Amino acid sequence: MATSDVLVIGGGLHGCSAALQLSMRGLLVRLIEKDYPGRHASGVNAGGVRRLGRAMPEVPLSIASMELWHRIEDLVDDDCGFESHGQIKVAESEADLALCRARARELMDAGFDHEEVIGQSELRELLPAVAEHCVGGLISRADGAALPFRTVQAFRNKAARLGADIVEGCGTATVERRDGVWTATLADGTRHSAPVLVNAAGAWAGTIAAAAGEPVPLEVVAPMLMITERRPHFLTPVVGATSRTLSFKQFANGTVLIGGGYLGRADPASNRTELDYVKLGENARTARELFPVMRDARLVRAWAGIEARMADGIPVIGPSGTQEGLFHSFGYSLHGFQLGPICGAIIAELVVSGRTNLPIEPFSIGRFAAAAAA
Amino acid sequence: MYQRLPEPGGMPIPFTLDGRRLEGRAGDTVAAALLAAGVETCRTSAVGGAPRAPYCMMGVCFECLVTIDGVGNRQGCLVPLQAGMAVETQLGHGKRELAR
Amino acid sequence: MNTLNEVSELAAAYDLVVIGAGPAGMAAATLAAGAGVSCLLVDENPAPGGQIYRGIGSTPLTERRLLGEEYWKGAEIASAFAGSAASYLPQATVWQLSPERELGISRGGRTRMIRATRVIMATGALERPFPIPGWTLPGVMTAGAAQILLKTAGVAVSGKVVLAGTGPLLWLIAAQYLAAGKRFDAILDTTPKGSWRKALSELPRFLASPYLRKGLRLMATVRGSARVISGVTALAAEGSDHLTQVRYTVAGRESVIDADHLLLHQGVVPNINMASASGCAIDWDDEQLAFVPRVDAWGATSVGGIAIAGDGAGIAGAEAAAERGRLAALDALAALGRITPEEKARRAAPIRAIVARYDRGRAFLDRLYRPAEQFRVATDATVACRCEEVTGGQIRDVVANLNVLGPNQLKSFLRCGMGPCQGRLCGLTVTETIARTRGVDPAEVGYYRLRAPVKPITLAELATLEHSEAEIKTVARG
Repeated sequence: MATSDVLVIGGGLHGCSAALQLSMRGLLVRLIEKDYPGRHASGVNAGGVRRLGRAMPEVPLSIASMELWHRIEDLVDDDCGFESHGQIKVAESEADLALCRARARELMDAGFDHEEVIGQSELRELLPAVAEHCVGGLISRADGAALPFRTVQAFRNKAARLGADIVEGCGTATVERRDGVWTATLADGTRHSAPVLVNAAGAWAGTIAAAAGEPVPLEVVAPMLMITERRPHFLTPVVGATSRTLSFKQFANGTVLIGGGYLGRADPASNRTELDYVKLGENARTARELFPVMRDARLVRAWAGIEARMADGIPVIGPSGTQEGLFHSFGYSLHGFQLGPICGAIIAELVVSGRTNLPIEPFSIGRFAAAAAA
Repeated sequence: MYQRLPEPGGMPIPFTLDGRRLEGRAGDTVAAALLAAGVETCRTSAVGGAPRAPYCMMGVCFECLVTIDGVGNRQGCLVPLQAGMAVETQLGHGKRELAR
Repeated sequence: MNTLNEVSELAAAYDLVVIGAGPAGMAAATLAAGAGVSCLLVDENPAPGGQIYRGIGSTPLTERRLLGEEYWKGAEIASAFAGSAASYLPQATVWQLSPERELGISRGGRTRMIRATRVIMATGALERPFPIPGWTLPGVMTAGAAQILLKTAGVAVSGKVVLAGTGPLLWLIAAQYLAAGKRFDAILDTTPKGSWRKALSELPRFLASPYLRKGLRLMATVRGSARVISGVTALAAEGSDHLTQVRYTVAGRESVIDADHLLLHQGVVPNINMASASGCAIDWDDEQLAFVPRVDAWGATSVGGIAIAGDGAGIAGAEAAAERGRLAALDALAALGRITPEEKARRAAPIRAIVARYDRGRAFLDRLYRPAEQFRVATDATVACRCEEVTGGQIRDVVANLNVLGPNQLKSFLRCGMGPCQGRLCGLTVTETIARTRGVDPAEVGYYRLRAPVKPITLAELATLEHSEAEIKTVARG
């Protein structure tokens, strides 16, 4: 049996980030990944690095993570393709604009000033190709985007360079804790043990939580994305809409990524996802209506990543409520990519010192048990 | 260089390439008509701007991309030529198309 | 056949949808429609024929000796299809086929989703990538492309023409060009010197193959009227904006020949994009040096209700393709309850005998014309992915230095396979280049994970999928 200080289950961005931060603190880490790091949602998401529009409890974490993103190369020796050209939520009507103003005010009242309302003229300046009917929007200027798979790979490789042992291509069959030691038995029969277990298994994390006696309302989902052939440059910031779902950005190479959280179907057992083209058709209509220049753009690929969505739409981050030496980091509900760098640090702090300075109470796994009891 | 064999071909079909009048034959695809008219390079590549010409003629390589009647990135080898078509060569990923 | 012109004319569902109007697709649709099932054949080209019988109903080269008797066999299959009750939608793209047999079909800027109880993919083969220095230059095209030009438009490549490569089709194309009165400045034969020896054990079976006589006749004709240079071990297309010369090596000696055109060919491989995107299991075939969908004796794939007929399920040639189409159609008819299992077996027996005859000696051809490694793996300076202009050297660098194990991971770093051709022109090169760099088998490296749209579609087309269809679908699914 192989032993280490910490076992991390799951080689997505959160698992790799935790493995990196734990290794940086001198712990011997073994990370178990059933496929290869970044195979699922972490590696195939839209790559948005945004604070814009975050749920209030996530805002402090998101702001702290953004600081790490802006010096990501210092952390992982790779720029992860991160570019900061801002993120804009477009208001398509006066009613939308009122929502934007209310949101900015809410943040301001809580002491945050990273989201600003912009009017029609600044919107046009920033998005010359936006449709005529758009009247303004909400902007977070230091937000941006990165390349997801490259990011996961950079975190994985840096963790490995610092001594983490990355076990790929074999899933975890069972985990159990006995005499203060966690043991993961893999599908090939090999066993790995450590006093500390980090559950960063994404769509597959619910099984581990349940095994620990704290089942969670986790839904396995497959948000769809599509990408076009290279187009002439027309868009710099990342764009969303206020009252419709859209995530829209153009890469430096000219390709345009279109998403919006429309869900396909996921089969976590076989790793397969199935796309719903009628929903993608709606997604395409929204993109075309906001950017008429997209009319004849050709879609080259569409895909979906498999990930976990919690019933209340925010992740589970923190110690187990039932078991010693177990820490959860999963359920990022379609918006975990930007939080990757900071959440790895939070988990490492919790493992090493039992505490973190960031407010993680809202993400406690205990909230579900409390809700069920109430 | 390309040459039409002396066999009886279809009716002449007039079209334009970048505004220039050319003639193909009934039964030609756009790519075949261009080649027969001596036009090989139909676009420049999206990455390096290198000249490209039809390569597979069966719809798989996407080298024969041209703008047809204002719509960019059409596969010339799959589109039957029609009288009066306005065909345009493409620069990179279609800058010419967008410039209008 | 009942030719349709718009996707709006499509029925919401068919008993059988056949994709691809080559010999396998036409034969399958003809047989199935003859048994009274509702059958749709969808094809990308303007007329039936596929690639091998391209232009069979419209070629200006009506003098039979020009394209050869083998080509004109297609006329029989095409006329039987034309006389069938099948519906036929030409110039249409099937951009999606789900494992539940829901098909996304586009034509002329409109798209529809329809359903099929059974699907037969007859999407055929494409020419194996031939990554040599300069193969993206205008003036270089595949030999198959030159053949298509000849068949469909009566247009021949002329001037100084060099034909290079290996494989039975190379000789067929050469013979057709010579018959049309065209000439080659040189035919550079890249068949590896040791191939005859390696193929020898399969020779006895090949002696009984119908391909033998045909092949020998073709080669004799070509060798008699063109300068054939054998044992070519390296090849490069040179020129700045257009090909001007071809550089080649024989027995360690480099030579240069002036050329206006270089026609490349080194065999054909199954076109697996749609099969793979639909979830059909794909295996590496080391004899054919290609990924081949896993099918049973009826062409049934690992996905229920979806079969593959013809070269798309492994290369066996045009004559065998039509028969494999008929087998898949019989299987579909039995599954649809139109014929009994006994009738299926009885009708299949003579077809199987023909398939077996054409299969005889396939291994001999595979070994004899096995393209050399240096023509399958891109050198450092050679473009492997034409769309994104990624070189062999770049691939080796990333694989060696960044712990990249397969083509899907590689995409994130180099974008190879992410251009409009969706990996069709680089997939095998990339897999084999990674395999060599890592020192493992191509089977372990795997292929691009392919997804719909199988062919690019415009945002406007996708946006034509209306809410009404969503509602219809919800109802249909209960």
